[in-house]
Amino acid sequence: MEPKTLFDKIWDSHVVQSVEKGPDILYIDQHFIHEVTSPQAFNGLRKRGIPVFRPERTLATADHNIPTKDQDKPIRNELSRNQVDRLTENCRDFGIEYFGLNHPSNGIVHVIGPELGYTRPGMTIVCGDSHTSTHGAFGAVAFGIGTSEVEMVLATQCILQPKPGKMRISVNGKLGKGVTAKDVIMYIISQISTGGATGYFVEYAGSVIRDLSMEGRMTVCNMSIEMGARGGLIAPDNKTMNYLKDLPSFPLGFDWEALLTQWNSFKSDPGAVFDRELQFDGSLIRPMITYGTNPGMGMAIDDSIPEIGDIKAEDAPSFLKLLDYMGFKPGMKLLGHPVDYVFVGSCTNGRIEDLREFARIVKGRKKAPGVTALIVPGSKAVEKQAISEGINNILQKAGFELRQPGCSSCLAMNEDKIPPGKYAVSTTNRNFEGRQGPGSRTLLASPLVAAAAAITGKLSDPREFIR
Amino acid sequence: MSKEKFTLLESTCVPLPFENIDTDQIIPARFLSATSREGFGENLFRDWRYDKSGNKNMEFVMNNPLFGGKILIAGKNFGSGSSREHAVWAIYDYGFRAVVSSFFADIFRNNALNNGLLPVVVPEKFLDKLMDLVSNDPSQKVSIDLENQVISIIPGGDSVQFEINPHKKECLLKGLDDIDYLLSRKDQIIAFETAKTAKDED
Repeated sequence: MEPKTLFDKIWDSHVVQSVEKGPDILYIDQHFIHEVTSPQAFNGLRKRGIPVFRPERTLATADHNIPTKDQDKPIRNELSRNQVDRLTENCRDFGIEYFGLNHPSNGIVHVIGPELGYTRPGMTIVCGDSHTSTHGAFGAVAFGIGTSEVEMVLATQCILQPKPGKMRISVNGKLGKGVTAKDVIMYIISQISTGGATGYFVEYAGSVIRDLSMEGRMTVCNMSIEMGARGGLIAPDNKTMNYLKDLPSFPLGFDWEALLTQWNSFKSDPGAVFDRELQFDGSLIRPMITYGTNPGMGMAIDDSIPEIGDIKAEDAPSFLKLLDYMGFKPGMKLLGHPVDYVFVGSCTNGRIEDLREFARIVKGRKKAPGVTALIVPGSKAVEKQAISEGINNILQKAGFELRQPGCSSCLAMNEDKIPPGKYAVSTTNRNFEGRQGPGSRTLLASPLVAAAAAITGKLSDPREFIR
Repeated sequence: MSKEKFTLLESTCVPLPFENIDTDQIIPARFLSATSREGFGENLFRDWRYDKSGNKNMEFVMNNPLFGGKILIAGKNFGSGSSREHAVWAIYDYGFRAVVSSFFADIFRNNALNNGLLPVVVPEKFLDKLMDLVSNDPSQKVSIDLENQVISIIPGGDSVQFEINPHKKECLLKGLDDIDYLLSRKDQIIAFETAKTAKDED
């Protein structure tokens, strides 16, 4: 048999039918929905007078719009409240499981899927959210879709989808002190640009990827879309199995061995052909920071912004325009630059390991006086875990406050906005103009870089603070 | 459910000579709280069209009364970032029926095709020329012939072929809907489920 990539194995086994000269009808094992990209899809079902075809294969959560304080009180913003109420109604009317506000399983869709055991190797997973690629960390084909496609999945459990190309990105070597999964993916994107993987589905491989925890792998897969990739995935291994085995979602007496045998076949065969292969040396990666307004504009924290002479002549005007938005100049060093806000959270870095990393640096230190910090867990479970581990106390003693879970300042649909012109070191995934509020200036970074900025009030090298 | 058909489009254009225009610029997240598909055009490119106090930014091309039309011309990697279909709804609601660029983000392209907005991919050289022409002459017209997959600068200017998936082309030409198509395949989907369950339990 011809050797196959992991992506081919999963994709091909989910094709119901190939449309002649067209896309594939792809069967979806698990569908996640949230309040922002689903209401118009339910409107469509009502208009057609049809039910949800397989309601047990869709799970709903409210995350994008919700406040991160006083979640027990009604949502103050009327439009946000209305959108969450509509999701509640839609789930009730169409028989969909719903982890709404204050439910113990509530949280960001890409945090709760894996932690509740809905995300498993070999699955096809979609959600009306581009960061659905996160679930690829478990060896699943997971990707973001639009609302018309959400309606397709609700109506038929399938979508029409052209098969993307295949790319493998291998990162070998060993990561240095203070270098995290976030730095790895930010480094890759800085090397291949924000459109560098458009049209491809990426498999991540190599010793650096294998050495990452499941949380770290989720961070890497999460940002696949920031280089344009349709999605990203990592072959499951013992680490994946151990993570899943400990979850309460597998009932007693479950045939674990049979599942393991199946999951062990989920890897690319030796000799499988990728349309594109890229290699990176992990030992060259340093803690990263972005300086511009797309995630491809990243550099090591102790580097300088490129000089105008290093930029292609035709790109120079837009390069200067982006730097002007950020208040930066070509050739500038960013170490020591003042920081106004620090945001830790999101589907990129809102898991327990991220809070542990942040706490590791701020423990026994104090938040810098000029900094406003938002520390937002990715889910109720992460919040609970942080409290039980005492992270909450460490944060409090250092002058920080652990808020309630949600997408929060990552896209600022709720009150957690960064004011115009202010600099925010953010553990999120996008530094687009106005992403964290109109006029906000976002610097993407790891939780360690965020912690170093939070205690010094300026961009600082986290390696100086690691004990 | 049938949709507006796309056959031949002849129109003046609006040039946006920037690369990597992301969906947060097309429609900022704070306008995503609506629960219908209508009305997003009002906030298309909101933070480029208006300043912080809500006044029109007269330097932005969409506020220049000389420019208008149903074709948006943009720099490469258009529609990157968030999967929000609201970006396509906003562009369509504002009155555009086609976007021309040298490169589109995958999810945006799918969303556009699902809503009757035609993404036209042209070579970078052609895009540069087109951008220059329409920027210097707002009355410059362009025609997009979907049947023959040709985009032309008219009258008498250059033209190039563009690619489109044959299934999607058919849908646009006839105003067909993918959901209807999938619903018509329900039997195959159920048969697939049955076979898959049997295989998984093997």
